[in-house]
Amino acid sequence: MASLRCFLRSGKKAVTAVLRREFHGTPPAAVQVTVRDALNQAMDEELERDERVFLLGEEVAQYDGAYKVSRGLWKKYGDKRIIDTPITEMGFAGIAVGAAMAGLRPICEFMTFNFSMQAIDQVINSAAKTYYMSAGLQSVPIVFRGPNGASAGVAAQHSQCFAAWYGHCPGLKVVSPWSAEDARGLLKSAIRDDNPVVFLENELMYGVPFEMSEEVQSKDFLIPIGKAKIERQGTHITLVSHSRMVSLCLDAAAVLAKEGIECEVINMRTIRPLDAEAIETSIMKTNHLVTVEGGWPQFGIGAEILARIMEGPAFNYLDSPAVRVTGVDIPMPYAKILEDNSVPQIKDIIFSIKKTLNV
Amino acid sequence: MRKMLTIISNVLRGSASRNGAELVSEGARVVVSARTYADFTPQASFDIKKCDVHKLEEGPPLQAVLTREEGLQYYRTMQTIRRMELKADQLYKQKIIRGFCHLYDGQEACAVGIEAGINLSDHLITAYRAHGYTLTRGGTVREIMAELTGRRGGIAKGKGGSMHMYTKHFYGGNGIVGAQVPLGAGVALACKYLGKNELCVCLYGDGAANQGQIFETYNMASLWKLPCIFICENNKYGMGTSVERAAASTDYYKRGDFIPGLRVDGMDVLCVREATKLAAEHCRSGKGPILMELQTYRYHGHSMSDPGISYRTRDEIQEVRSKSDPISMLKDRMLSNNMASVEELKEIDVEVRKEIEDAAQFATTDPEPPLDDLCNHIFYNDPPMEVRGTNPWTKLKSIS
Repeated sequence: MASLRCFLRSGKKAVTAVLRREFHGTPPAAVQVTVRDALNQAMDEELERDERVFLLGEEVAQYDGAYKVSRGLWKKYGDKRIIDTPITEMGFAGIAVGAAMAGLRPICEFMTFNFSMQAIDQVINSAAKTYYMSAGLQSVPIVFRGPNGASAGVAAQHSQCFAAWYGHCPGLKVVSPWSAEDARGLLKSAIRDDNPVVFLENELMYGVPFEMSEEVQSKDFLIPIGKAKIERQGTHITLVSHSRMVSLCLDAAAVLAKEGIECEVINMRTIRPLDAEAIETSIMKTNHLVTVEGGWPQFGIGAEILARIMEGPAFNYLDSPAVRVTGVDIPMPYAKILEDNSVPQIKDIIFSIKKTLNV
Repeated sequence: MRKMLTIISNVLRGSASRNGAELVSEGARVVVSARTYADFTPQASFDIKKCDVHKLEEGPPLQAVLTREEGLQYYRTMQTIRRMELKADQLYKQKIIRGFCHLYDGQEACAVGIEAGINLSDHLITAYRAHGYTLTRGGTVREIMAELTGRRGGIAKGKGGSMHMYTKHFYGGNGIVGAQVPLGAGVALACKYLGKNELCVCLYGDGAANQGQIFETYNMASLWKLPCIFICENNKYGMGTSVERAAASTDYYKRGDFIPGLRVDGMDVLCVREATKLAAEHCRSGKGPILMELQTYRYHGHSMSDPGISYRTRDEIQEVRSKSDPISMLKDRMLSNNMASVEELKEIDVEVRKEIEDAAQFATTDPEPPLDDLCNHIFYNDPPMEVRGTNPWTKLKSIS
């Protein structure tokens, strides 16, 4: 029985299917899981697995989480492991980093990453740089997580994307999941990683359900940090994106497929370290690149990807200049019509693809 | 309605008895009061709760004088805020208002009492529970509601939303907890610098009171004797966290340490006014900053996405409503001292309701901002510039 379980976990789907049919006569039990529940389950399992893991942040305990991501955890683990903090980001982020330095493995939640700006000194100067400054003596195994980027109608101070800001800094790992599977596997990896990880979630994705295979549901399912995933194979153009924008890319690809344009959609999964190799391999196949992000254009994710492609072997494979689809270069307005036109829409992606392909 | 009353009133004055005569028109079922203003008590003195003080010789007087005019004005303004917030609740549930919406009902005495203790030429800044202050600082219900619904007639042209409303000498409406406090001290610095005898009222909540930047601000405001009234609106809960779970010391009026402080009954508009007058006098006399803690209560949850009953009981909310409602308190005071009639106050209610209805009508029918306003207002006093759209081929225009 144990060896059978090993087989199942190692993900040999065909074997799984056959064995299952022999013993139980039913196919593998995939389930629909929302991103929120995937995050919740990942944290639950990691809290159970390692006593040193704990969660702190505003409203994470008795309120069940501002966005209900930590629902049920305080009830299960109590005050020692799930800690409600006052509304003092600089303070509690610093406390979390200190705890990590002294041997614990904190998960520090920012209600949104906009509020992490109040604490950014602790994230960068106290967490990211310490292992280097101490020449390997002091590590900081901490995860900073929370929703990032635009939401709906929350206006300028609550809609900023911090992927580029954190992605800029050596010493940090920066992760940006899209699907429930991403959320689960990457959060587990982040918590088990001995380095500071910035985990950028997305509020609009929390309620979105995804199918999760049996393998992904296993307690030791991990997604390696630093490896992108090809969500859709294609031949004519490479689309590179992260977080919620992956959904839009897939939607654009579905529309274009009807016109005979096959897009390869890459889900970055990790911002830093950036999986340039996956992007390069894809470009060498498709010869065209469009990046899609929700954040602002200047010095952004797309800007970095395009620069790396220019500097690397894939440049010579490009048949036309690589192009970025980004948020509009303005603070986020409140009114719906303005907000809708401040972030990439599917039509913007399609437009950019067609211009790049010259069709 | 008012016109009709005046005409009928004049007619009746022309005829016989004038004291206490009431006319009930059977057809229209309208109750018309023929009592003139001479019948009402022009002003009265009321006992107000004693304020606990910190590093102050004395608090405000234990009695406050209220004139009839003041009473009617405070009543009207508080009722306007109350009904405006309830209308916002309704519109939010209909999904006509979206995003964040933090309602102020229950706390009306704070906004109205503070404004009664300062001048419009003074300055004020607060956090995100700001609709009431936008009104008391000169905004109209129409432009506030149209901002909530994101229309071009909104006070910020639809670009700011609930948390980002501004008027003259009112600096918002701020979304980041605590950040408005250093800003307020900065405004106070400008007041002192420019020498116009103005001051800044700088508001924050019990949740924000633990923020480090507030203590940094206390230090500098005190060192440099800035004319700043720090006001902590303590409504007992920072989102879902009660004050006992967030603060090692819940004596917020003492947290300024070297800054004198007073703790005020925030449900009594007169208490708030008297305390604000004392604080304003303190600042204007060059003594530096002062801190007020207003003990108040919000009926709604933290925001529209918080039902507000997972961390407090319905009984608690009901108890405050029945025993300490700021509008009821003022109404009872005025009626029992013959400063106004029931009909008069009812008439104000009717007028307020109409004003809110009109504003809501405007807010739901006014068009959304035009798309060519998207990129405007990036820079002030700058020549027009180009802004990148979502892709390199979309170049948008930005005007100051």
